[in-house]
Amino acid sequence: MMTPLVEATGLSRDFALGARGLFGRSRHVLRAVDRVDLAILPGETVGLVGESGSGKSTLGRLLIRLVEPTAGRIRFGAEDITRLGGRALAETRRAMQIVFQDPYGALDPRMPVEQIVMEPLRIHGARADAAARRAVAEMLDLVGLPPRAARRFPHEFSGGQRQRIGIARALILRPQFVVADEPVSALDVSVQAQIINLLTDLQRELGLTYLFIAHDLAVVRHIASRVAVMYLGKIVELAEKSALYAEPLHPYTQALIAAVPVRHPSARAAGRVRRAELSGDVPSALAIPSGCRFHPRCPHAMALCREREPAPREVRPGHVVSCHLVNPA
Amino acid sequence: MPADEEGLWHRPSVLALRRLLHHRLFVSGLVLFAIIVVAAILAPVLAPINPDKIDMNATFLPPSLRHLFGTDNFGRSLFSRVMWGARLSMLIGGATVAINAVAGTVIGALAGYYRRIDNIVMRANDALMAFPPVLLAIAVTATLGPSIIDVIIALGVVYTPRTARIVRSSVIVLREMEYVQAAVAAGAGDWHVLRRHILPNALAPLIVQLSFLFAYAVLTEATLSFLGVGAVPPTPTWGNIMAEGREYLTTAPWIIAIPGAALMITVLGLNMLGDGLRDVLDPRLRIQQ
Repeated sequence: MMTPLVEATGLSRDFALGARGLFGRSRHVLRAVDRVDLAILPGETVGLVGESGSGKSTLGRLLIRLVEPTAGRIRFGAEDITRLGGRALAETRRAMQIVFQDPYGALDPRMPVEQIVMEPLRIHGARADAAARRAVAEMLDLVGLPPRAARRFPHEFSGGQRQRIGIARALILRPQFVVADEPVSALDVSVQAQIINLLTDLQRELGLTYLFIAHDLAVVRHIASRVAVMYLGKIVELAEKSALYAEPLHPYTQALIAAVPVRHPSARAAGRVRRAELSGDVPSALAIPSGCRFHPRCPHAMALCREREPAPREVRPGHVVSCHLVNPA
Repeated sequence: MPADEEGLWHRPSVLALRRLLHHRLFVSGLVLFAIIVVAAILAPVLAPINPDKIDMNATFLPPSLRHLFGTDNFGRSLFSRVMWGARLSMLIGGATVAINAVAGTVIGALAGYYRRIDNIVMRANDALMAFPPVLLAIAVTATLGPSIIDVIIALGVVYTPRTARIVRSSVIVLREMEYVQAAVAAGAGDWHVLRRHILPNALAPLIVQLSFLFAYAVLTEATLSFLGVGAVPPTPTWGNIMAEGREYLTTAPWIIAIPGAALMITVLGLNMLGDGLRDVLDPRLRIQQ
């Protein structure tokens, strides 16, 4: 068994919400991520899938200490980074980076591209000299941008090109681990494939480990080696990609796979995947249902599901699911 | 190198400047304000007659070639007095803007960035903002005594909370931007984030606010000296010239009308300039136009 590069144990994050009194504390607490365990192995890509509000973005940011955890632990390599601060944290950050969803908000509109991409180097003490400029030029070339892009400003680029700039910035410190937070969700479909291919190529060239966040399973299918499905702050199913797509065990995963449009009407008629459309919306994270948090929307819910929360169980080798309905093979 | 020029030409600040120079309201406001600024700077050259020189043989003269704006009840040249009054107005307006730019930015940035101190700082701010500006300024000058420095301090106290609030609201929005998150993820400290990302991007709404603030400061200073709690006579200010002219409103209306017109030109110019800046620099409002 390989040692994980990144490992979360019992990781939780609460957010205080709404009206806060003059001196008082907030009355509403939203648990965005709830006691999540996740181990990411070096060199792999874990796809993290869930509806909006499922806490997938928060989980990604927790892993790289961009959001502070309320409870639980994060290990990076051999080191426990949960309580790291100051210089030590800044040093660790070199090895873990993030690519954002919104290619417009992710780049400072007042900085030319060269400065944007160079910034992480400057933060870590490099001078803006010829060597730094060369490093930026190499990185721009690596992500497929022309050298003259360096002197231009973000507003002069298309969404896909901006995403390339964001990727260049994330990789300039040569990190080991990159959280890609819905990097293609805001892009045109034709551009999505280009960016996913770029990320795959860069992974091969630089030996990167990815947590790839997406809100649907279709995108993740191309890039992930393992897939984790998140629902209301919990990972409900985690498996090898092939196993997850071939035999989804959690009713929620089954519904998500059924929601992926089938390419051809005849294939649809063949009905390889039983249609299990979900009724209703995701419940508010402020009022998480008792027992299994999926039971109000689950077509197979039993009495037990309302009462007891299912613990994650490894029902097949490498296939972990939190559901009372699933029996070990 | 053509590549360099190209990059420079697309710099956001250069683009904004080009749009400003095509904005009619902004340019008209700039011209009006420039008239007053030039008058203030060149007062000793353009108005060689000593503004305090009393000539009891030439009182209440209407505007003429010798006395462009006429004379007052002591025979002093109104042209000289209004020009020198412009100096004081510009000095006080400029100093108030400078105090606000520094203190308002520091307070607003700290409150917006460090949410833990936000509540305390902003409640103190609210307390100061609850007073009508002129009353608060009178209270401050009454405590400190009426002098130019004290008027500047009073205006600083009155308007800094308003500036701080504007800066704070920009900072709260900006600190959640993903480019700020990216800098944090790269290991940047608070100082780096504030200096490199937040403050440069908070500058546009601040500049808009400061241009309006300049107008308020000039107006409030005139109010204070009109009420006799500003700079002490015989130092000419638009406010105290108007206060003196009030008694001769029917017999020598130019005494009150001319400093009043100067005040109006200043405030109008600054407001037009500020509206133009807001149109160009604040994209959220540009859409509503």
